[in-house]
Amino acid sequence: MKTRVDVVCVHFKDGHIKPLEIVWDDGRRFSIDQILNIMPAASMKSGGVGMRYTCIIHSHKRYLFLEENHRWFVE
Amino acid sequence: MDRVILHCDLNSFYASVEELYHPEYKNVPLAVGGSEQARHGIILAKNQLAKKYKIQTAEPIWQAKQKCPNLVVVPPSFDKYVYFSNRVREIFQEYTDLIEPFGIDEAWLDVTGSQMLFGDGKCIADTLRMRIKEELGITASVGVSFNKIFAKLGSDYKKPDATTVITRENKHLIVDPLPVEDLLFVGKSATKALHACGIYTIGQLANTDCAYLEKVLGKMGKMLWCYANGLDTSEVKPWGYKEDAKSISHGMTTKRDIRNVMDAKMVLSLMAEEVTSDMRIQKVVCKKVCLFMRDVNLRVFQRQCVLPKKTQCASDILDAVMKLLSKHYDFEIPLRSIGIRVMDFESEESGRQLSLFEDAIHDEKGEQLEKTVDLIRKRYGFTSIKRGSMMEKTDLFD
Repeated sequence: MKTRVDVVCVHFKDGHIKPLEIVWDDGRRFSIDQILNIMPAASMKSGGVGMRYTCIIHSHKRYLFLEENHRWFVE
Repeated sequence: MDRVILHCDLNSFYASVEELYHPEYKNVPLAVGGSEQARHGIILAKNQLAKKYKIQTAEPIWQAKQKCPNLVVVPPSFDKYVYFSNRVREIFQEYTDLIEPFGIDEAWLDVTGSQMLFGDGKCIADTLRMRIKEELGITASVGVSFNKIFAKLGSDYKKPDATTVITRENKHLIVDPLPVEDLLFVGKSATKALHACGIYTIGQLANTDCAYLEKVLGKMGKMLWCYANGLDTSEVKPWGYKEDAKSISHGMTTKRDIRNVMDAKMVLSLMAEEVTSDMRIQKVVCKKVCLFMRDVNLRVFQRQCVLPKKTQCASDILDAVMKLLSKHYDFEIPLRSIGIRVMDFESEESGRQLSLFEDAIHDEKGEQLEKTVDLIRKRYGFTSIKRGSMMEKTDLFD
């Protein structure tokens, strides 16, 4: 399943993007504690490609993807 | 020093992209197929599971479903395929600027000069495969060799997701036993001719006397002999290189069968406009025209003629193909598709032979009119202006 989410992020003046917080459909908010890695990647579980942010959220490692169409999803 | 050429082939490209966006299709036989309603119902690509049912590219969907009743057929999404193809080429560009695409899903890369930076040919091939898999979720087969022909054989040798290295040393083990039809540019008729000479493998082709092959296959014979012996010296073109077109063609599979000359004229007038519009963009005039047809039994044939004068005018092309049609086809069997190919180009600046009998001013007016139509279409779209006669038989077109 592809879970699309709202993301609060900072767009830096050099062009790069840092996601800060994920907002779930039911309104729950999860802050991103750490970003371990950013790289282009395919999501083999959910389907699709984009820039993959490997994040630590509440001590769990999760992949957050930003697709070419500027939409975010969590794998 | 030998060159290091890579040939990269994206495995089951269309089907792999569809699987990526629909992970639920990963464990079912899947094919990408054209629209059956619009009579483009053929298999364009299939996944590994569908291959087990011996489903072939270009076979009709109904036939494929007979082989595999639970085959899932999805429509093509060309935008996505172009996007993935471009992304793969962006990865290639990080390793070399000598990249020659061969269709949407294949390319040759010359990495001779990149080895000091990125490792030898096999190392670069493995890196490319790994990156394509990780970043784009699709797999590629890569052939590594000292010429383009063997590199292509290498990428076909082991699929999916594999690297095959063909060197001068292992050539006799890998290349020589392969069937002769695996060699690039050996089509159906060349295979038949070679089989008739008792040549079944690439090794046998390589060991045949070149002069004999030339006698049997003409110029092609020498070329294939060179290919089989690893003597291909053609270069990998730099990225962005564009060769001048040798021919321009437009064809159409109509919504219903083409039953008579009037139906055919309707379609051909549209095709003539399209080829001449392309010629004007490329600023060329043609000297030869070819009419190609496919009947409802899928038999393909073509007829060509030299034009009385060089032209880029749709009415001249239409006249010529209509003459060919009435001379060579009686419509006993209706046609499924029809098209026009123009060739033997010269620059439009090259000057034209005026005719003693035809009206040059009339010709110029015709050309001016067509250029104006081009301008209107460029601004408002191709369908913004069309011939009145085209409004009659709308059941022929999509």
